[in-house]
Amino acid sequence: MNQQAGPLRLTGFAALQLLMFPLVLVSLILVVVGGTLTLVTVGIPILLGSLPALRWLADRHRLLAAQTLGHDLPSGHLPTQGMSVLGRLRTWARDPMTWREIAWALVVVPIGFVLSLLTVLLLLAVVTGAFWWFGAPHIMRARATVDRIFLSPGHTEELEQRVSDLTVSRAMSVDHSAAELRRIERDLHDGAQARLVALSMTLGLADDLFERDPDAARKMVAEARDTTGAALGDLRSVVRGIHPPVLADRGLSGAVQALALDMAVPVTVDDGLAGRPPPPVESAAYFAIAECLANLGKHSGAENGWVRLSWAHGVLTAVVGDDGRGGADPDRGTGMRGVMRRLAAFDGTMRVSSPTDGPTLITLEVPCALSSPKTTPSSGTA
Amino acid sequence: MRLVVAEDNALLRDGLIRLLEANDCTVVAAVDNAESLTVALREHESDGAVLDVRMPPTFTDEGLKAAVAIRAEKPGFPVLVLSQYVEQLYARELLASGQGAIGYLLKDRVANVGEFVDGVRRVVAGGTVIDPEVISTIMARREEPVDRLTAREQEVMALIAEGRSNQAIASALFVTEKAVAKHTNSIFAKLDLPVAEDDNRRVRAVLAWLRV
Repeated sequence: MNQQAGPLRLTGFAALQLLMFPLVLVSLILVVVGGTLTLVTVGIPILLGSLPALRWLADRHRLLAAQTLGHDLPSGHLPTQGMSVLGRLRTWARDPMTWREIAWALVVVPIGFVLSLLTVLLLLAVVTGAFWWFGAPHIMRARATVDRIFLSPGHTEELEQRVSDLTVSRAMSVDHSAAELRRIERDLHDGAQARLVALSMTLGLADDLFERDPDAARKMVAEARDTTGAALGDLRSVVRGIHPPVLADRGLSGAVQALALDMAVPVTVDDGLAGRPPPPVESAAYFAIAECLANLGKHSGAENGWVRLSWAHGVLTAVVGDDGRGGADPDRGTGMRGVMRRLAAFDGTMRVSSPTDGPTLITLEVPCALSSPKTTPSSGTA
Repeated sequence: MRLVVAEDNALLRDGLIRLLEANDCTVVAAVDNAESLTVALREHESDGAVLDVRMPPTFTDEGLKAAVAIRAEKPGFPVLVLSQYVEQLYARELLASGQGAIGYLLKDRVANVGEFVDGVRRVVAGGTVIDPEVISTIMARREEPVDRLTAREQEVMALIAEGRSNQAIASALFVTEKAVAKHTNSIFAKLDLPVAEDDNRRVRAVLAWLRV
């Protein structure tokens, strides 16, 4: 949505706004009438019809303003899903956005109407074509700005929204780390710890047998050595699950390269990172990509996969794609949910586009700073 | 064999020295960081180096960088890199640092003293010794030109990459040495390797197989 619309397109918007003008006017009148009549109940059905209509019209104007200005306009209504009629009306009355929309219809629409009309007339009058060409973008931007001022949530509402988002993501992060700790405890308990117990028993037995049966004792020592190897293997996999050493050594780029090399499906890595994100972000992004690649290997049936890493305007972006059969559902499977929870702690997001028959495209975005340019790893290698 | 050992953990360093000296190797210098390693290699005449990946000051991949740097300065100098964990990425970097005389093993492998010392000998003699854990991830990959090898040839190739001799491969696969020689010749042909002495071809085969 960063593309700015041209004069012709903007005039199209103006025409749409002109068409919607009578509708806005009618719904405004109905809302006001309905509002005053709620005392005698007849107003309730009128409001139930007219308020959503006004909201819908406001949403159209938000979209047009967003297209004109080249950036998103959040709407931020209080949720009313599953509420009773009265509950819905009460929420609407409480919602500052409702009052903003009414004020918008009251004040802005007449002004906006004039601005949109002017844009269209400048074009229709032909002789004013030059004015139109240069003026339309300015006029329409002015109208969109006014729309935005009235139709965007206020500072307080934004902060409230932010606080509630943060409360949710904090709860998720706490849940996630508690679950991780439980998993690590279980892995250590069932793996390395159990093997070390077995090891000490085997060595104790061997100690007893050395005098009486040296051959059996030697066999036990050999067994003990195998157990040590298995315990080390367990510890390695636990360490990988906590913080993979290659990530510490080489950062996200190197670690993703290492992941790609270990895949059965050929995966190319396009590394566009000029530095390193902060370690916690790096780790969250790494595990997210690892999960995506694991799913790619297990479910996609792809011939080829690829990972693209980039950073721009304070946002780290990782795109994982494949040419497989698609149909990936991020809500299915605990792995992806864990990834989202982990990313949410950093205001990170994950988008999945996976139509049936593919291709699958997963976009991970995490806002973060990037540290100084990386030092080239082990200079001299080909 | 005269070796230089670099390992920052004193317990493991002493263990390594004891183990190597008990097997007819002389440890001419034992250091605990990459910088001292460079100095030690300059001061002492040695046949090879055994080093740990993780060393001071950053405790990341100093040993690996040191190995590559040493081989840039002294091409073909035998280096065996030990690590608590192995990465295919690192194996490739090491292999790319020159033709052969390179080893990359998990520290666990030291427990099997006979095989470990044999690995050191092979590296010093110019061979390539790659950890079975790296090999197994490569075996899982389905890509050309590895696909052209038969299942048996794949098995033989994996053992070559681990640094085993034909004799060792024969006993591991329960076949005759002659059969192994037949497989290796077929592998060399399929990987389009030019005719050369056997050791050199083995090193080249590993490089081709890993697509370094």
